[in-house]
Amino acid sequence: MLIEAINIVLLGMLALTALAAVRLHDLFAVTIMFGIYSLLAAVVFVVLDAVDVAFTEAAVGVGISTVLMLATIGLVGRHEQRPAHRPLLPLLVVAVTGAALVYGTLDMPFFADPAAPVHQHVVPYYLGKSPEQTGIPNVVTSILASYRGYDTLGELAVIFTAGVGVLALLGLRRRKRPAKEHPTP
Amino acid sequence: MRDNPVLRIVAKIIIPVILLFALYVQFHGDFGPGGGFQAGVIFAAGFILYGLVFGTEALRNAIPPGLLRFVIALGLVLYAGVGATTMLLGSDYLAYGALADDLIGGQHLGIFLVELGVGITVSAVTVTIFLAFAGRNDP
Amino acid sequence: MNVAGLYNYWIVILLMMTGFYVVISSGNLVKKIIGLNLFQASVFILYISMGKVMNGAVPILREDVTTYSNPLPHVLILTAIVVGVATTALGLALVVRIREAYGSVEEDDIHRQDESL
Repeated sequence: MLIEAINIVLLGMLALTALAAVRLHDLFAVTIMFGIYSLLAAVVFVVLDAVDVAFTEAAVGVGISTVLMLATIGLVGRHEQRPAHRPLLPLLVVAVTGAALVYGTLDMPFFADPAAPVHQHVVPYYLGKSPEQTGIPNVVTSILASYRGYDTLGELAVIFTAGVGVLALLGLRRRKRPAKEHPTP
Repeated sequence: MRDNPVLRIVAKIIIPVILLFALYVQFHGDFGPGGGFQAGVIFAAGFILYGLVFGTEALRNAIPPGLLRFVIALGLVLYAGVGATTMLLGSDYLAYGALADDLIGGQHLGIFLVELGVGITVSAVTVTIFLAFAGRNDP
Repeated sequence: MNVAGLYNYWIVILLMMTGFYVVISSGNLVKKIIGLNLFQASVFILYISMGKVMNGAVPILREDVTTYSNPLPHVLILTAIVVGVATTALGLALVVRIREAYGSVEEDDIHRQDESL
């Protein structure tokens, strides 16, 4: 019960942070809000027993993502133009989509239900066989690197490709300064 | 930021600790939380801190861009190479059992090498991305 | 209806829709990417919520524990987080190039310049 209470408080804080990020127009503040959001998400992951994921989220979401977004804001400017008209159509689209998704959750298994279908299929096999087949106590590592090695190879290829893409778009060498700056309209 | 003595000294003390912690996370991932993805990001965070405090020019001198390009591919090649090796040894692709005489030993070696490949590529890509963004407007 | 049992999913949907709203209502490309990231993080929370088992332990095997939470969503999301930051960087790189080509990252400005060509 305690875990559920902590969980509910953390999720409420997440919702507040996300709403604050929507309302702010200074991109620096939005980025810091996103950093806080990631840190709260990492705490939620610890509460939900996903320590490996929490570790990654704390390092990536709070550290690397924030630094990257700040670097981008340094290059493109920190102030967002305020929208000229009230965003009624986006609100309507979001409300309809959200209502449809809430309707979809009514058929979902309850939170933390041990009988949920997701826990029945391959996972008991991994949990039961991992010690004798791989000799590794951390099941997340044994699934990541051994049982689902193909997946991880594919993910690594995606990261590699994204890195190559950034290199192709921005490059590592220093640019020669163009003779005149682009005019800002 | 480069003129702030507190930042410079704290960074110099803390960067080796970050790198050492990344190596701990990398090689202890079998027994506790951790693994190649986390370790790669933390290792890169050490370099990024160096770049933030001492300037991207200093970071570019510490790791030349040519080396980074090579290391990005090295991790993926190491991962795929483990798969190719197990095939050459007469087993399936990425079936680590073929790497040693017994199943557990082969699994340990295979997972170690694969996680190392993940860590190498992730850290190199992260440092590259940081350098590409932060070094964009260098004088 | 068990409200507490579905509370997690509903909050996740609220977060998801917040990110979605930022993506479709904001004209600033950097803010759109931050909105995509909010959306992405909420999907991570959805997956991890589904992996939780009541009274389960962290899936690192020990002698005296019998119930573990589901490690499979953890694996999927662990890799997705790092892939997510790499693809975000690619998107931000595109934004930087757009800014250099158009002098602005506001969607309206970019459209206006394209029409005047």
